[in-house]
Amino acid sequence: MSSPAPEALLEEPGALLEVDHVTVSYDGFKALNNLSFSMEAGSVHVLIGPNGAGKSTLLDTIIGRVRPTEGRILFKGEDISALPEFRIVQRGICRKFQTPGVLDELTVEANILVAATKDRRSWRSLTNVRTASERERVEEVLKMIGLIGKRKLPAAQLAHGERQWLEIGMVVASDADLLLLDEPAAGMTHSEAGATAALIRQLAGRHAFIVIDHDMDFVEQIAAPVSVLHMGSMLAQGTVEEMRRHPQVAAVYLGRPPTGADAHA
Amino acid sequence: MRNRQLIGYALILVVMATAPLYLPPYELSLLGRFLALAILALGISLIWGTAGMLSLGQGLFFGLGGYALAMHLKLTNADPGSLPDFMQWSGLDKLPFWWEPFRSPVIAIAAVFILPGLVAALLAFLVFRRRVSGAYFAIITQALALAASTFVISQQQFTGGFNGLTGFTQVFGFALTDPHTQLGLYFVTLAALALSFFVTRLLLDSRFGTVLLAIRDGENRVRFLGYNPLPFKVIAFAFAGILAGLSGALVTLDLGVISPAMFGVVPSIEMVIWVAVGGRASLIGAVLGTLLVNFGKDWISSAFPELWLYVVGAAFILVVTLAPTGVVGLAQRWRSLPMLRRSRPPALVE
Repeated sequence: MSSPAPEALLEEPGALLEVDHVTVSYDGFKALNNLSFSMEAGSVHVLIGPNGAGKSTLLDTIIGRVRPTEGRILFKGEDISALPEFRIVQRGICRKFQTPGVLDELTVEANILVAATKDRRSWRSLTNVRTASERERVEEVLKMIGLIGKRKLPAAQLAHGERQWLEIGMVVASDADLLLLDEPAAGMTHSEAGATAALIRQLAGRHAFIVIDHDMDFVEQIAAPVSVLHMGSMLAQGTVEEMRRHPQVAAVYLGRPPTGADAHA
Repeated sequence: MRNRQLIGYALILVVMATAPLYLPPYELSLLGRFLALAILALGISLIWGTAGMLSLGQGLFFGLGGYALAMHLKLTNADPGSLPDFMQWSGLDKLPFWWEPFRSPVIAIAAVFILPGLVAALLAFLVFRRRVSGAYFAIITQALALAASTFVISQQQFTGGFNGLTGFTQVFGFALTDPHTQLGLYFVTLAALALSFFVTRLLLDSRFGTVLLAIRDGENRVRFLGYNPLPFKVIAFAFAGILAGLSGALVTLDLGVISPAMFGVVPSIEMVIWVAVGGRASLIGAVLGTLLVNFGKDWISSAFPELWLYVVGAAFILVVTLAPTGVVGLAQRWRSLPMLRRSRPPALVE
């Protein structure tokens, strides 16, 4: 595991991430409204919710792109809400963005290598030393995402699905304890999405995941607890099946009043 | 492939090193000066071609290097006990305190590197910390070059004003106009360029260079992979500043003068054009472009003096619109057709 903060050793091993009464407001509009939730190391959580529910804002807040107006975010027991983004990543959180953010001019291999590098300080990068474990990690990840045959290609030449996989590979290569995946299966074919879900299941335990997606088939394949966000608050939590039957969830997704949804159940 | 490249570099070096044998003195002195300018172009290729930071103010660092050395030359060429000539004309009776350290040749030569390096690092730190980039950064650098040249002109009693610093005949004990000194200067310049090229190449081939390219490609992606882009950008920009300072000092020796007209807005923009014409993502391109444009300038402005500005303007527009990878990019395209073609032309400002 990548270097835990010293104080983490003092904490109980349980909560990896704790979102503690977090509110994010833009000019009075609350993108997140007094949201609390926590997750354990190695666990997988799926976040769903209609557009504008605050899913991406939640990931933005965890990774430091957006700062909480109120509340705080604890990672391994440390308050990370005021750290610079790159420091948060160095603590062990890495995020895949909604639009694939691969480095187009770099080769597939270099993309993974940049992500897998443990010592990210500028002056250390002047010496060209790569540790054996970093090189092994690159091979391992290239195999995992099925791009080993395209390792020397510039990332710009990859197909859309492959770009998604490459970015997933970069996030995995970072060896972060918590991986945030924002719509990892967007634009993927059915079988590609299936393989992505399988990869998440396979890596669970080694990494914790928060996955955002709209595609309920994909969400079902991940087979993990689902949380539904609505207007910046947690609306419901449970299995995919429970969420399907949940009257309020149906209401926010389909615009049906809760009473109408009861009949459906 | 790697070996062929090395042989290519060695060949170029031999051709350059033997130039004094076959080039007439005038052409040789031009070549020497343009090779000195090419050192600055390497820096632009690094910060613009690789890291995507377009600086329209490299003249500032060029000027700092030039003035640092020229101040020393001014002091050593003045009669013992008296002030440099322009200070006497302006009625100064005491040397300004900040001129004092430049009596020492060691300090002056160190200042050629340290002064532009520090100013560039400070500027990059202040600007990039605020996450200013692209066209805004280019405008800031342009404004600084303008401010610096205006300042130097306005402080005539301390800086020599519009005329700059000139009139030195002795350089570290050698007569500046002596052909042997000129020849020595040519080899010093060539060695400085070769060394600068080598170091820049190492920088680009290291992980540092990869991250720099990655930052141009997606600064946020890099940040969210746990890197702080700021020191990478500051180091690259400071290094380019140091190269510009060295270039300025060598050109000052070569021409025997440094003046605001050599480092203001127009020269700063021309510097970017050299690199654009040669191919900004390639170090060889930067050197080639510098030689091409400057020899072109010498030839055109002696044949048709009023035409030069139009020609250089047109060349810049042509390169940006039709051949964003410059002469080197065109050559690569002809040699290996679609194989080596870039996936997308780089944007002028990122």
